[in-house]
Amino acid sequence: MGSRSLLRFSILCSMIAAAGAVGFAQSPTFGVGRTPTAEEIRAWDISIRPDGQELPAGHGTAKDGAPLYVQKGCAGCHGRSGSGANAPTLIKSDGTTKSTVPCLAPCVNDNNVMALHSPYATVMWDYINRGMPLGKEGSLKPDEVYALTAFLLFKNGVIGEEAVMDAQSLPKVVMPNRQGYALPPQAWKHGMPRLQNYP
Amino acid sequence: MASTPRGRRGFLKKGAALAGLALGASTAATAQTAETHSGDADAHSSDPKQLAKELIAYGERSHFVKSVRVPVAERMSPDMFGLTFHVLTPLQDSVGIITPSSLHYVATHRGSFVPDVDPSEHRFMLHGMVDRPLIFTMDELKRLPSVSRIHFIECLGNRAQARHKTVQETHGLTSCAEWTGVALSLLLKEAGVQKGASWIVAEGAEEVKGSSSIPLGKAMDDCFVAYAMNGEAIRPQQGFPLRLIVPGFEGIHQIKYLRRIKVVDRDYMTYDDYGHIQPDARAAALTNQIGPKSVITFPSGGQQLTGPGFYQISGLAWSGAGAVRKVDISIDGGQTWRGAELQSPVYRVAHTRFGLNWKWDGKECVLMSRCTDELGTVQPTRAEAAKYWNRPLDASFRVPGNDNTVQPWRIAADGSVHNGLA
Repeated sequence: MGSRSLLRFSILCSMIAAAGAVGFAQSPTFGVGRTPTAEEIRAWDISIRPDGQELPAGHGTAKDGAPLYVQKGCAGCHGRSGSGANAPTLIKSDGTTKSTVPCLAPCVNDNNVMALHSPYATVMWDYINRGMPLGKEGSLKPDEVYALTAFLLFKNGVIGEEAVMDAQSLPKVVMPNRQGYALPPQAWKHGMPRLQNYP
Repeated sequence: MASTPRGRRGFLKKGAALAGLALGASTAATAQTAETHSGDADAHSSDPKQLAKELIAYGERSHFVKSVRVPVAERMSPDMFGLTFHVLTPLQDSVGIITPSSLHYVATHRGSFVPDVDPSEHRFMLHGMVDRPLIFTMDELKRLPSVSRIHFIECLGNRAQARHKTVQETHGLTSCAEWTGVALSLLLKEAGVQKGASWIVAEGAEEVKGSSSIPLGKAMDDCFVAYAMNGEAIRPQQGFPLRLIVPGFEGIHQIKYLRRIKVVDRDYMTYDDYGHIQPDARAAALTNQIGPKSVITFPSGGQQLTGPGFYQISGLAWSGAGAVRKVDISIDGGQTWRGAELQSPVYRVAHTRFGLNWKWDGKECVLMSRCTDELGTVQPTRAEAAKYWNRPLDASFRVPGNDNTVQPWRIAADGSVHNGLA
């Protein structure tokens, strides 16, 4: 190996080394972007699977949730009783207030009960966690979210007042709409009609 | 060239044109200077500050042009929380296929605020069932190969108010723009999707962190993450600095302020996926993707024909399945149909402008349009939809999924135009 080819070889080696190092941290074809740390992924990933896979540690009961419902400002927008206020209905009413928007299943006393739409209780946990309270989103601790979820489930007659909601029990709650729903076809394909024989 | 005069004069003209080409830049510069001078004559008469703003920095439309968006009527805007919900695009004034960014419809989760996202701080993370989770800055995304596509975006609830007066009120939750960004398939390949993955969950950075589930097949097919709209950075109300474009799927999937995509193995049925959770599997199938749809924008509800004579009927057709293949127009309430002219350009999953030359005889009549897409699927009438669902055809019938039924406009003998369903 002459000096020139040695130089070439060493350049090649350094290029391979650089590519290796870059390849590990960045995207393979374009070498753009970087690998997030495990901590970054944990902090950003607030998605909750319907079976509760990503639910964090923590727990709460309806009794814990009742004072939080007032303290955290829920009652201010959704009403003390959870219905008939400016913000969407959270607790089924006695039928004296009527929905002004189309009533989605399960329609309770002709009212949309936002907390009851989903076939899975985990979705309620997820929404409170990511989107509530208005203006202070993401500020609730897991225990508080479990307690508020338990409070709404209890008030809607889904669970008992003493039932402890946590990462194990919450996904097992059988929501009123658990059997009454369908989803779009799982395997979407390019060129597939939405619904065969639909006019 | 057929009209070019023959003989010596024609030759001279051609010669002059060639000479212009040869001179190149200097000729062009001269022509431009001349134009600028003639413009200056007017501009000198106006306020210099105004001139700097209007003519130099960022141009505004003429103050004579009054076309504006309006909020949906069924919810007060701003509401008791000071928030605005859905805002309708003025389709009755539209021409061509592009909706100006300032007039593009706006829909927000729960009437949210528009976040003020600093693009230098914004990050997009791709993770979940991938071999290599990745985080990108906006600058890094812009270094990647880009795609520009013209696509409509429509809210699933467009036409929830089928009996309203104007086409803005009945159909104004659809708009069409050119979007520029990076193919999601490219990003997913960079991250390396793992076996068993079948869905993605996308999420925005706004206060409610709106999140949608999208089939992985769709994500790999034609989705992209867009940083530009109609040739400039996406407007904040449309998702600045980054928006997920899911061509042909309902608007709620087109996640604004996109900060995260997680590759997963099932539909996450997030709060914002409620619209797809239906009691009937057939109704659920009619939710994600928009069916073939069209509407006549002129003449449409609230407009006025000045008298019998020539008019060009004009409208928009679109389909989430691909390109519009055909549009038929009826001027007799659906008894007979004739083919409309599709005006170029015709893009897949984009608004397509159609037209038909028409001589109004001054008698009452009902105009309708009907779209057929590249799959051969035909836009149904309300009667056909009611028959399919075995429901009585009355005002209470709500078409499941996205209501893509035919819109009738009734022309009264005095030339006034009314919603044929009202």
